[in-house]
Amino acid sequence: MAEIGSFVLLLALALAAYSFLAGLIALIRKQPGSERLSETARRAGIASFGTVFLGAVVLVTSAFRNDFSISYILHHSNRDLPLPYKFATLWSGQEGSLLFWSLLLSGYGLVLRLRHKTDTRLFAHASVVIAAVQVFFLLLLNFAAKPFAVTQGAIPADGNGLNPLLQYPEMVIHPPMLYLGYVGFTVPFAFALGALAMKYPGEKWIHITRRWTMVTWGFLTCGVFLGAHWAYSVLGWGGYWGWDPVENASLMPWLTGTAFLHSVMMQEKRGMLKTWNMWLVFGTFWLAILGTFLTRSGIISSVHAFAQSSIGDWFAWFLVISLGAFTFFFIKNRSHLRSEHKLESLISRESSFLFNNLLFVLACFTVLWGTWFPKISELAQNTKVTVGPGFYNKVTIPVALLLLLLTAVGPLLAWRKTSLESLKRNFLWPSLGALAVGIVLLALGIKPWNDVSYFYALIAAMLAALVAFTVISEFLRGGRVISRHTGQNLVASIAHLWHRNTRRYGGYVVHFGVALVFIGILGTPFNREAEKEMGFGDKLALGPYTLLNRSYTQEENGNYSSDLAIIQVFKGDKQIDTLYPESRFYTASKQQQHMPAIRSTLKEDLYVVYEGQNPDTGHPIIKAHLNPMVSWIWIGLITMVFGTILSLVPNAAPSRATVRDSVEAGVHVRPAPVGAGD
Amino acid sequence: MQFLSAHARRLQLIPALLAGVLLLLGAGDNSARIDRLGHQMMCVCGCNQILLECNHVGCSYSTRMRDELTAAVTRGDSDNGVLQWFIQTYGTTVLTVPTNRGFNRVAWIMPYLALVMGIALVVFIVGVWKKRPLAIRAGVPATVRGAELDRFREQARKETEL
Repeated sequence: MAEIGSFVLLLALALAAYSFLAGLIALIRKQPGSERLSETARRAGIASFGTVFLGAVVLVTSAFRNDFSISYILHHSNRDLPLPYKFATLWSGQEGSLLFWSLLLSGYGLVLRLRHKTDTRLFAHASVVIAAVQVFFLLLLNFAAKPFAVTQGAIPADGNGLNPLLQYPEMVIHPPMLYLGYVGFTVPFAFALGALAMKYPGEKWIHITRRWTMVTWGFLTCGVFLGAHWAYSVLGWGGYWGWDPVENASLMPWLTGTAFLHSVMMQEKRGMLKTWNMWLVFGTFWLAILGTFLTRSGIISSVHAFAQSSIGDWFAWFLVISLGAFTFFFIKNRSHLRSEHKLESLISRESSFLFNNLLFVLACFTVLWGTWFPKISELAQNTKVTVGPGFYNKVTIPVALLLLLLTAVGPLLAWRKTSLESLKRNFLWPSLGALAVGIVLLALGIKPWNDVSYFYALIAAMLAALVAFTVISEFLRGGRVISRHTGQNLVASIAHLWHRNTRRYGGYVVHFGVALVFIGILGTPFNREAEKEMGFGDKLALGPYTLLNRSYTQEENGNYSSDLAIIQVFKGDKQIDTLYPESRFYTASKQQQHMPAIRSTLKEDLYVVYEGQNPDTGHPIIKAHLNPMVSWIWIGLITMVFGTILSLVPNAAPSRATVRDSVEAGVHVRPAPVGAGD
Repeated sequence: MQFLSAHARRLQLIPALLAGVLLLLGAGDNSARIDRLGHQMMCVCGCNQILLECNHVGCSYSTRMRDELTAAVTRGDSDNGVLQWFIQTYGTTVLTVPTNRGFNRVAWIMPYLALVMGIALVVFIVGVWKKRPLAIRAGVPATVRGAELDRFREQARKETEL
């Protein structure tokens, strides 16, 4: 199996290299016959997907067959590993995850190359860029991080097993989502660089890549949030975001990618920000690679990082080369990126996008700065420092709140110029609603003057309410107009409204999801916790809950043995649940891992951890956290994903409202063209 | 008499009770300080977790560090004294954030400086763009101005925003 795997990866490298070189020559020569050469490059690119796919199949099959003659399988699997995790072996280690990355990149390349008829020349340029990135990853797989390296010496009877932290259902979904996001940004970057290199006229490349970008962003959003949920469900410290360098690495491209999703509308609608968008899409791609460099080079310490290895040098060189190539084409063809329009007013959609981009990029810079500062400090003063959650919370929360404000305000500003009357019409009721939320929270006992975190929570709640109310008011206003024109009921009218401009109204749903996420986050300052050694029948009180230790026991299966407590949860005198917090010991890897038990409601999460045992009494030590509002984060994610899907649905064909319906409804209207964008 | 002696005995208990209450209040203060200081320090075992949140099994540092923190607070050391002791014992990486002194101040200043510079840049760009002459495309009538332009705008607004 190892030989087959190694061979197909070598073949994939040859095909990708051919696709890159032949494609590049065909683009440069522009002579008769170049088209045929370009076509062979395209087909080689398609074939490279087949070979990388085969390589991945070989690795997964080896995991299922317990083929420990392959070193990677020996170190990341074992005989008793449940089947889904055997499948996850593909991305659970350094070499396998690079193969997985390469597979996804080839997959994106396949789709791109199959759709080449949309615009043959632009797609040929993009295909060359994709092939170049493919070559880099396949060089890594063939020479620096070989997934099919054979085990030296005698082959052990069983493998070392998968890291216990990764043995959780979400780890079968989270990495693929994250990688689909990371890798996916290569596609808009490839189109951007291709368009820049060939001085592609107009904004068509943006129209072509719009869906790619949104799909990729959707995957990355899912990946980041699933990572947070995994951390919450598995790490057992009661939180979901620790500002670890690896978490930061996933957040940075998400921030610039989100900025790009917004600023690209400026280019589409107004022909502005062309240079900025080029750099933004390049920055997003570059940050995705930088994140990979961070997690794999060992340059910055993190619990999530892969083992330290020499591939960091490869990534560093790739970062430098890609920056050089992009800068070269930018300098060469920058005259092509001149803006076509001017800005008319500071209170306009355009300037809101400018500030939106500023804040996203600033947030990204802050995260990047905090992530690298320990290294900078080491170089500057020969002293290592820690940059932990306290730093990020202090410097990013104000930026996040400003972004939330723009999320509420920006979409309702008109292009070019917004009148005072329009501001009043759009914001009066949502602002009053947000104010009412603030007053209610104050009445409920939140004292923002006691602690700055309470102050932030209050502001975040009001801003989240403002976002939610503006989104609802937009749907209602538009729905009512449609309803008046067509005589449909309000719900049907809102569906009709969305279908006329799916991106705009899908985007509003995403914004609504963002507001929900903030509602979830703002509960953090009100977290509470308690810890107690609990014998049979002992009680632990936390907030409105009383935990009663009914029993504790040990269980064992082939993969792990576990100590678990049976905790009955009471609210008042009524038992409302039973929780089973565990502490597992994984046999193959000889590592211990907590498995918290979580009782989630919309109001709060009761999060119970089996911390360990008192060696003298043998009683379990139970730690309980009461985390308000956390569920709203995950509901917000689902809403954001739903909004992204809504945005991806093609618009209904532009049509004119029928006069007949309106006349029947007793309303006189002029036919209005619909389907125009925001 | 018996009543009086019982009463006196109860009275004698009051100082002891008061001392107990004060001790408990002090313990309350101490636990709040331990909680606050423990959240300003990292566990140094390499888990990248806040000291009081480090929960990984078999950690060889966090239990010892928590005991040291409790001992220092119970001794009555000042916050600064406690933190300095931990820095001297475990190095500067024990603090969760860079101090606001010397070169470390750069860590704190830079994000705010970037925000101010960014806002200034955006305002500058907006100013420049407002003054920029509009590139006129061939085939687009350039004579639409004033009331007519406003009418077109209003119409476009109505038509695009429903």
